[in-house]
Amino acid sequence: MQTPLSSNDAITVRDLQKIYRIREGGSWRGKTRDILALNGISFSIPKGQIAGFIGPNGAGKSTAIKILSGILRPSSGEVRVNGLIPWANRVEHVARIGVVFGQRTQLWWDLSVGEGLALLRDIYGVDSGRFARNRARLADALDLGGIMDQSVRQLSLGQRMRAEIAASLIHDPDILILDEPTIGLDAPSKLAVRAFVHELCRDRGTTVLLTTHDMHDIEALAERVIVIGHGRILADSPFEDLRTTTLSERILELDFNGTPPELTLPTGATETTRTPHSLTITFDPHQIPAPALVAHVGQLPGLDDVRVSRPSIDEIITRFYADHAA
Amino acid sequence: MSPSPTRTLGAFGLYRRMAGASIIAQLRYPGTFIIQAIGNFVTTLLSFFGIWSLFQRFGSIAGWDIGTVAVLYGLVNVAFSVAETLGRGFEVFGGEYVRTGSFDRLLLRPRSTLLLLLGHELRLRPIGRFLQGVFVLVAGLWLAPHVQWTATLVLPWAVAGGAAMFLGVLIGQAALCFITVEGLEVVNVLTYGGVEAGQYPLTMFGRWLRRFITFVLPLAAVCYYPALFSLHHPDPLGLPIWIGAFSPLAGFVFLGIMVLAWNRAVAGYVSSGS
Repeated sequence: MQTPLSSNDAITVRDLQKIYRIREGGSWRGKTRDILALNGISFSIPKGQIAGFIGPNGAGKSTAIKILSGILRPSSGEVRVNGLIPWANRVEHVARIGVVFGQRTQLWWDLSVGEGLALLRDIYGVDSGRFARNRARLADALDLGGIMDQSVRQLSLGQRMRAEIAASLIHDPDILILDEPTIGLDAPSKLAVRAFVHELCRDRGTTVLLTTHDMHDIEALAERVIVIGHGRILADSPFEDLRTTTLSERILELDFNGTPPELTLPTGATETTRTPHSLTITFDPHQIPAPALVAHVGQLPGLDDVRVSRPSIDEIITRFYADHAA
Repeated sequence: MSPSPTRTLGAFGLYRRMAGASIIAQLRYPGTFIIQAIGNFVTTLLSFFGIWSLFQRFGSIAGWDIGTVAVLYGLVNVAFSVAETLGRGFEVFGGEYVRTGSFDRLLLRPRSTLLLLLGHELRLRPIGRFLQGVFVLVAGLWLAPHVQWTATLVLPWAVAGGAAMFLGVLIGQAALCFITVEGLEVVNVLTYGGVEAGQYPLTMFGRWLRRFITFVLPLAAVCYYPALFSLHHPDPLGLPIWIGAFSPLAGFVFLGIMVLAWNRAVAGYVSSGS
């Protein structure tokens, strides 16, 4: 019964649907209302890929994550993770995945990091040789040496997140599910987490499913991004494609050492902001290529500096959600 | 920490590891633990002095002597303290697992949820109730007439049955948390109320309550009847005296039913997501 849909895929999802039945008014006998959280989603993730899984709040992301983790049963649809149906045999399934919920700890508040890892070794039944190797490798890669003997309660958020990631990998899972792994972290900790995930995928071939609201995580890590909204998949493509199709415009910023002059712009370019010493022009590179536009404005009197930039990833995703009313 | 095992631990081995870790955590602040244990000992012992002073005043009540009542009191308190020690994870389940969503975390571990919750904490604090229960039980055996030598077998068996029953109550309480996290104080009627009711002979209660603590919550089966058997005291309600040697089994049956209820509740949670 547990034949993989395709043996090269770590995760396969087909026509997945989840309906929640909600009691209105919270009373036991009250009327019920159905909420369609997932409305038939399908995708597959090949082994060793890092896939970003994004969407606005309430889009159905956490429902999908819970189903893939084996802690929620869908209303209909097919799922295989490592060739197994997650909810059909929870114990066998969860032994082969690692899950980091950024907001919830899987370690023990009153135990040290080292004691917690040792307890997880026994929960997962990792033999002592493999445990010692994994522990040393993770301590080194995640810089846990100084905090092994500290109780989890005393750790900073960044330290705790590094310990959480180690805890989720102590049993060598083939698949790692990261739910908001960088939430609340300072910049160096975010960079450390991203670098680690990148190496994990490159060196060990671990498949990573990453959900986050931090689009920089996606930009830094994900080869591919699956966007979900209203329980449906709105896009499933490399991030660059999403950029091109959603918001291909560029931004030209001009600084002047006096008042910016009035100017006429070629088709495809419009002035968007004017301040006492600067101008911002938005343009479509298909209508007017950046070099041509720069040449056009290059001889303006008093021009001090010129910068061309692309919209930030946050702007792109905001526009994408708006376009899809997500 | 204990030495590294070389193979997958069985359920019992893992329980020992988790219990050991929880003891390390509790003893991290030994002062707090000692004060709590002493407080637990004193407050529970004070409640026995209430009963004792009644018997001082009236000699015996409704044909029951202080020795018999002390045995009942000791039995139910020792049994409850064992359940409190083992079942802490179920007691705090609503607040610490359901409300916070960390039950999902538990489901991500490749072990039975019952085992993981048993391993939540091996609670040391009820040692106060345990010790005073043993103390009163031994005093009762010393005071009561007609103590049978078989008491040394039946009373531990009754403690086991009683602990199983109270653990069953805690598991049932945890299972209810999936439906409602609020209003579970009601279940304390079965735990603390059960301890209170178990301290008195069955005949002191009205018919309705007698039936409840015999057939719904098998309190009489794990306390009253084994105590009558041990003290060779005929049952005023007319059941044969040998019943008490077997009746503690009812505590385990109750526990089994609650475990089934728990498994159904977890399956319901996994399919509804709330």
